[in-house]
This record gives sequence, structure tokens and C-alpha cells, in this order.
Amino acid sequence: MLTDIMLGQYFPGNSFVHKLDPRSKIVLTLTFITSIFLANNYISYLTVGLYICLIVLVSGIPVKIVLRSIKPLWIILLLTAAIHLFMTPGTTLVAWGPLSITGEGVKQAVQMSARLIYLILISSLLTFTTSPIALTDAIERLLSPLKRLKLPVHELAMMMTIALRFVPTLLEETDRIMKAQMARGADFSSGNIIKRAQNLVPILVPLFISAFRRADELATAMEARCYRGGDNRTRMKELSLGLNDAVATLTIIMLVLVLTWLRWGWSA
Amino acid sequence: MSIELQNISYTYMPGTPYCRDALLDVSLKIERGEFIGIIGHTGSGKSTLVQHLNGLLRPTAGTVSLDGANMHERKQALKSVRQKVGMVFQYPEHQLFEETVFDDVAFGPRNLGLSDEDVQQRVESALECVGLSVADVAKRSPFRLSGGQMRRVAIAGVIALRPEYLVLDEPSAGLDPCGRDEIYAQILQLYRTSGMAVVLVTHNMEDVARMAKRLLVMDHCRIRFDGPPVDLFHDETIQLRDFGVSLPHVTSLLKTLRAHSLDIDDTLQDEEVVVEAIRSALKRKRDSSC
Repeated sequence: MLTDIMLGQYFPGNSFVHKLDPRSKIVLTLTFITSIFLANNYISYLTVGLYICLIVLVSGIPVKIVLRSIKPLWIILLLTAAIHLFMTPGTTLVAWGPLSITGEGVKQAVQMSARLIYLILISSLLTFTTSPIALTDAIERLLSPLKRLKLPVHELAMMMTIALRFVPTLLEETDRIMKAQMARGADFSSGNIIKRAQNLVPILVPLFISAFRRADELATAMEARCYRGGDNRTRMKELSLGLNDAVATLTIIMLVLVLTWLRWGWSA
Repeated sequence: MSIELQNISYTYMPGTPYCRDALLDVSLKIERGEFIGIIGHTGSGKSTLVQHLNGLLRPTAGTVSLDGANMHERKQALKSVRQKVGMVFQYPEHQLFEETVFDDVAFGPRNLGLSDEDVQQRVESALECVGLSVADVAKRSPFRLSGGQMRRVAIAGVIALRPEYLVLDEPSAGLDPCGRDEIYAQILQLYRTSGMAVVLVTHNMEDVARMAKRLLVMDHCRIRFDGPPVDLFHDETIQLRDFGVSLPHVTSLLKTLRAHSLDIDDTLQDEEVVVEAIRSALKRKRDSSC
């Protein structure tokens, strides 16, 4: 049921990718995403694709699961491809009525879809191989220079950690409440939109009440353990950069170099 | 007239690393008018099992049928299944949502499409069943009641469906001993007066030993014992401890006394009877020794 949803879920493992420092994973992912925009021909797109395949292979995450992450976004993919296919001006290949497919359109459609798919894949790979806690920890460290500007970085990271932590809990709760109301004859899958929205009330009210109750309990529990955010907090798991991170960085640099070369050649 | 589970298995989240078996090849038949206790430690599969009884979960393998008809064959069938098999979840008070107690209890009957008079009548009798006064609570917000009262309102919400089978998952969890006794007394009374089958899930042996006529012990996704409680307690081949449950206090006391050569019937359950039996057994022993 609901709890079966893959929501950028962490996929425990012990691979090279899993063991990378989350900070370097975030920075490298961002670099990779930027570098996708360097690609402007089929060969460079293919190179990026191969690089992603390499990451998937090394991470040991089943290909089926990785591909599943594209599923929720296929409508956007299809729309983008269609718009590019029909709207790009150029030499016409096929035309019927006001619609026409151009050679440039085909190229644009393929490359834009590939770009989107790469974006989705790489960001899912990041969340598949990094636990939410490690991720927020890394974000906190990466943003820590902003503390000088009086930005509450630690508090923001804490909020993210808590929010992420409670996603599965709330999903489970929703599942339970849905079942309880279904047991009383509630029907969530038929009727028009207004009817369906009304049918959500028996789920949303208990869900909000329990979310507030949990928030209250959590606040009390944190208070009871003398939690005071920010300064002078020590960590159980200190983040440290190692050889792995150097190797990963090297591969990204190589990728960027190859893409640059494929785009401009040595002349630039 | 029965609920029948045939060789059902259930796996949570198949195809992911979180994949986990919850039931393996379980078969079970529940007749009208039975009082069944299901016992087992946390994670033994009891909650998963009962969610099959009204079609909330669809077994990964095997079939579930009510009165001979497969529950999952037609979608419409499920609606009548859920009316016939009422289900009270753990902490049922967490599912309350309406502005007044009356409306919340009426949620189920209204979903059945009954007339206003029928709904009113069902709500009132359901509230009485759980020992709440209609005049006192009907117009109040369910969130202003005490924990025990909220739970009773939630149970009334299921009873108002007039089910033929009532499944209760840990109905006493989180209640004080007094509240627990009251809830069980009402369930027992309901069972006696309405003639519906009751399936009671718990990990507390004390609760079921007194009430259930038939006991199922679950362990590691399977049913390990199915029979009257007395048989379970006196079957020397069964090590209850292996299943993570313990004997009721009364039975373990009687067994200990027997082991210390006191002539006493260790199948007794009722506390007052047991006290009397111990007293007379001690007297007999004293008389015979002097």
C-alpha cells in the first residue's frame, strides 16, 4: 500500500558510493548536474550516460529500483519531449496539418529527455546511497560559512533532519488511519474530485492531530535531554574526507574534461 | 457461515531490501459465534493476519473467503465484507475525526447509506453497548473525552456497523487496569448478547485465557497452536516460552503448587474459585498429615 512508495528512499549498502563522504557526494552531484549542460551532441550524452551506468554498477543498487525512480515523472518527460519535437524550427522531416517534426526537433527532444533522465537518475542515486541523516549533516557543514551572516544553519539542518525522519512514520500512520476508516466503510477510490476531496477529511484530521502530538512529544523529549542547538555540539560520526573522495573527484574532473573536449575540441 | 483463510502468505514490500515475510502458509477457519484469542509476541504476524480477515490486505498467495465467496474477486464484495467483519485497530481513538461523538460513531452507518432514523438508532445502541450515556457524550467533541472514553467511542464506531464478526487488535493497550477490565467486560457482554464472533488479538495471556474458547498462538509467521486454552497450558510438549508468551499467573501458580505435591486441579481459571480450591486443598493436606 502507501508504505510501498519509493520516496527518494535510502537503500542501505556498503559500496564505494555508499562510503563516500556525504559532503563530497553533494558537491560532486552538483558538479555532475552542471556538467550535463556542457553536453551538446550525441556522443557527449552517451558519455554522461555511461558514467551514470558506472555509478549504478559500483553502487550495487538493482537497476530495476533505479529505473523505478523515473516512473513518477514520465508525464513531464513525455511533455518535454513532445514540445521539443513539434516546436523546434528547422528543416521539416514530416508534417501533417499545423504539426511538423523537424530534424532539429528530433535532436532536441532526444537530448532534452536524456538530460532530464540524467538529472532524475543522479539525484535519486544520491538519496539511494546516502542516509537522510548523513545528507542533512553534510548540508549543515557545507552551509556553515553562512553562519557568519547570522543564518540559523544548524536549526535549518535540524528541521530538515526531523522532517525527513518523520516521512516514513507519517506514511505508516496515514496507512493505518486509511485502513481504519476503510474498515468503517470509507471509500477513497471512487466519486468525482469534490467527493474525493471530502473523503480525505477522515484521514487528514486524525493525521494532523497525531502529527501535532508527535511534534509535542518530540519537543519534550529533546528538552528533557537538554538539547540546545548549534554551538559546541559534538558528533558521534565525524565527517572525514578520504582516498575514496579523491578518486571520485578525479573521475568527475575527467568527465568534465572529456565533455569540454567533445564540445569545443582543443582549439578553444 | 465462516471466514476461511486458505494457505495464505503475505510479504511486506516485496522486491526491495526492506522485503519481509509476515505470514507463511496460514490456514484458518473462523465460525460464527466463536470467541477466538490470537496471541504471540511483537512481530509474530498477528496484526497482519487479522488485516486479512476483512480484506484490508490482499494475500501474496492463497485465498480469503467469507461465507464461501472469495473476498478479492469483485471490488463490490469488499464493501459488504467490511460491513460484516468489523475491525478495531490498535489505539482506535487515533482515528476519531468528527466534531461530535454522534457524528463520529455515525460515520460507518452513513457510509452504508442508511436512513437518518436507522443511523440514529444504531449510534445510540452502539454507544450504550460500550457503556457510554448518549445524553452525556453524543453532542460533545470526541477530543474532549478521557482516553478510555475516546477508545470506547471508537469501538462504538465499529459496533454501529452491526458486524457479524468483530476483530479487536490490542483493545486494552495503554489503558490502566481499571479501564482494561471495563473494556473486556463490555466486549464479553457484547459477545454474549449479540452472538457475533469475536477475534481478540493481544500479547497478554491473562486477557485471553479467561475469555477465549479457542486460542491461536502465532510465532514466526505461522500458527503454532490452535485449540482451547486449557489444552495449551497442559500440553507438556509445547514450550510457551519459545513463542514469547507466558502462562497466566493463575495457571503457573497452580502448576507450581502441584509440583510441590498439593492435590489441586490446575485447569481452573476463575480467581475466586482458585482461592477456594487452594484453601480446601491445604485443609485436606493438613487433615491427612495429622
